[in-house]
Amino acid sequence: MIASTYAVPAILVFVTSALLILVGAVGVITLKNPVHAAISLIMTLFGVAVAFIAQSADFLAAVQIIVYAGAIVVLFLFVIMFLGVDRPTRMNVEPLVGQRSFAAVGVVITVGGLITLMASSHWVSGAKSVSGHALASGSGNVKQLGTAVFTTYLFAFEATSALLIIAVVGAVLLARRERATTPEEVNA
Amino acid sequence: MNVPAAWYLILAALLFGVGAFGLLTRRSVLIMFMCLELMLNAVNLTFVTFSRSLSDIAGQASVFFVMVVAAAEVTVGLGIVVAVFRQRASTSVDELSELKG
Repeated sequence: MIASTYAVPAILVFVTSALLILVGAVGVITLKNPVHAAISLIMTLFGVAVAFIAQSADFLAAVQIIVYAGAIVVLFLFVIMFLGVDRPTRMNVEPLVGQRSFAAVGVVITVGGLITLMASSHWVSGAKSVSGHALASGSGNVKQLGTAVFTTYLFAFEATSALLIIAVVGAVLLARRERATTPEEVNA
Repeated sequence: MNVPAAWYLILAALLFGVGAFGLLTRRSVLIMFMCLELMLNAVNLTFVTFSRSLSDIAGQASVFFVMVVAAAEVTVGLGIVVAVFRQRASTSVDELSELKG
């Protein structure tokens, strides 16, 4: 019934990405060892990349793999190894009484409200863009995104460069070991 | 014919919920950062889905900027984690109660 309405490959791609995303996400919040959680996070990020490609966001899928799976998760693993916290944590302790049940209720209300809200507005209520061209796929998508970033969003793009410089300087300053200053240095 | 946008939107909402639950219940600040990444990815997936169904490139441009901010946030956040770990030798958020009134 469903398979006759939509193409089978599209459904297979969706199911694959959904499984990767949800299994990985549940792994992140349940696995005791931080290293395993980071590996599980990579699984979710790959699933999101698959969903991006299925929706013709090819450039973002590549950036997702390179930046998230390649850089951010490696940074996580680097910090876990550097601090030596790659030991299993105790999961059965609950510092606040009823914290998990309260969190579960809050999350169910949030997600349920989100889905109800979108369903009541027929999921996508806006009209298709009439000012620009239809969304291209493949390398046409990269060209379209590049044009948008370097014309409409040029100011935001330049601002991100300042943001990244500030972040790098801040991270170096935070992680630097405090050095005891000698009297000669103070006088100099 | 691609699957309807609603399927991807529900998937993104579920991913957001899983990330939010992890953020609220886990105690290790490193795991909490990972849950934050899950939530950011859920929002990115929503952006891309709306970008496809409305045929507007602005959604994908937004995802681009979210990724940049996420990278900056993780860099500074992990710097803070390293600095706190030097003082406390722990990554548990329950240890950091100095500002408690």
